[in-house]
Amino acid sequence: MTVEPGEIVTLIGPNGSGKSTTAKMALGVLDPDEGMASQKSNLRASYVPQRLEVNWTLPITVTRFLELTNRATQKQMQDALEATETSHLSGAQMSKLSGGEHQRVLLARAILRAPEFLVLDEPVQGVDFNGEIALYRLIENIRNKLNCGVLLISHDLHVVMSTTDRVLCLNGHICCSGSPANVASSDEFRSLFGERAASGLALYEHRHDHEHMPDGTLVENGAGPNNSGEDANSIRKAENGVEINA
Amino acid sequence: MLEDFFFRALLGGIGVAIVAGPVGCFIIWRRLAYFGDTLSHSALLGVAMALLLELNITLSVFFISLIVSLLLLLLQKRASLSSDALLGLLAHATLAVGLVVLAFMTWVRVDLMGFLFGDILAVTTNDLAVIWLGGLAVLIGLSFIWRRLFAATVNYELAKAEGAKPDFTNIVFMVLVAAVIAVSMKLVGVLLITALLIIPAATARRFAKSPEHMAVIAAVIGALSVFVGLNGSLQWDTPAGPSIVVAALAGFIISVLPMPKLMAKNDARTSDLKRNFEEVGE
Repeated sequence: MTVEPGEIVTLIGPNGSGKSTTAKMALGVLDPDEGMASQKSNLRASYVPQRLEVNWTLPITVTRFLELTNRATQKQMQDALEATETSHLSGAQMSKLSGGEHQRVLLARAILRAPEFLVLDEPVQGVDFNGEIALYRLIENIRNKLNCGVLLISHDLHVVMSTTDRVLCLNGHICCSGSPANVASSDEFRSLFGERAASGLALYEHRHDHEHMPDGTLVENGAGPNNSGEDANSIRKAENGVEINA
Repeated sequence: MLEDFFFRALLGGIGVAIVAGPVGCFIIWRRLAYFGDTLSHSALLGVAMALLLELNITLSVFFISLIVSLLLLLLQKRASLSSDALLGLLAHATLAVGLVVLAFMTWVRVDLMGFLFGDILAVTTNDLAVIWLGGLAVLIGLSFIWRRLFAATVNYELAKAEGAKPDFTNIVFMVLVAAVIAVSMKLVGVLLITALLIIPAATARRFAKSPEHMAVIAAVIGALSVFVGLNGSLQWDTPAGPSIVVAALAGFIISVLPMPKLMAKNDARTSDLKRNFEEVGE
């Protein structure tokens, strides 16, 4: 897989399917056990991790948090907070924020860096429904403005942004991938999901050529369990392909 | 004035406190209290090695602390034991080995109490130079990595993803902690160094709005504890090192007491503001 400048790639998949691990490999935080991950040199990346706990012993205001890995002007910080509707929180302590506010501030910090590569690991968790759509719109705007590559992780198998350029479904390997726009523009899709697609959300249609057993082993559709040796090879093949050029 | 032993003690103690404050903040933020304890226990092994090989005690303590902290990094990656078990193992193993080595050297007579609890009243002008120059070096090193170290403290993966080089800053930080321990061991001793690192920083938390703010407050509170502790020790003829720690503890207790007056004032101010807002709204 690759993430090009200006492209939004969304990873979906069940818990423990390797979405966050893939994102960390793309960022160079983790080294792949097999295969390789590469970045453009001197890539300016921004990361919204799935979990970032600020415990009480750390006195840090939202404004100071925005400057965690880079310096910023007052104006830039104000703009980033306004974009995520959190300007009223600028003086608040990070440890006192609610879950949704916390996520918004994480996003504000990430976009403040004007990244070339933006990795968002479930960025809207805990955000209210209206805010969710607004934040997805914001991510799209950021992409348009900065022409940055975006790797987005969604926990949700069904609801994926209409602006996503490519969807990858992971479960230990890449199960399937494709453009949601193609799916969304199809007649069957419109007749079924026209309203929700119009509201900024789209559905990514699932068509797997295999199934997962409870222990994660693969069974191809229509094939018996005696084919599993072949499937193990296909996992390895898929894992070898992780490559990030942003 | 440097001829006066009490003044020298005060100067040395305040020097250590100013360095221990900011470093102690990171120890608290990163949950490394027991790590600091382990390193300071290993300082006794450093003393034993210095006497055995006729080396400078401060340098020897510094290098042994450094070796122990790097060993810990290595063991954490390899071994199946949990971090706290490893720390406990290293802390008491190095302390015991240090004591055994000292016992073998029948030709040297060491003041064990001095190493364990410090001998701040015996600080020489030479020690003062070591404390202030070493302390200055630590503070310069810390300010150099401050922002990146803080980013790594908030979230290691985020720091790594965004190019803050957390692995490098972590190692530099370990070097700095080892240096603080080496420099301050003579004053407060192996067993009380952690107290001087942690208590002022813990006291500062309640009053701090930002990390930098907390570091400065911790340094001031530490210096204040040294001043109060030494004067108390002079007044009541108590051991100097422990008296400083008791003074720091008193400060901490005061800081955790509820302060209804202060709180009430703040509340009144905010509710006044709210009322004004509402009136304007109408």
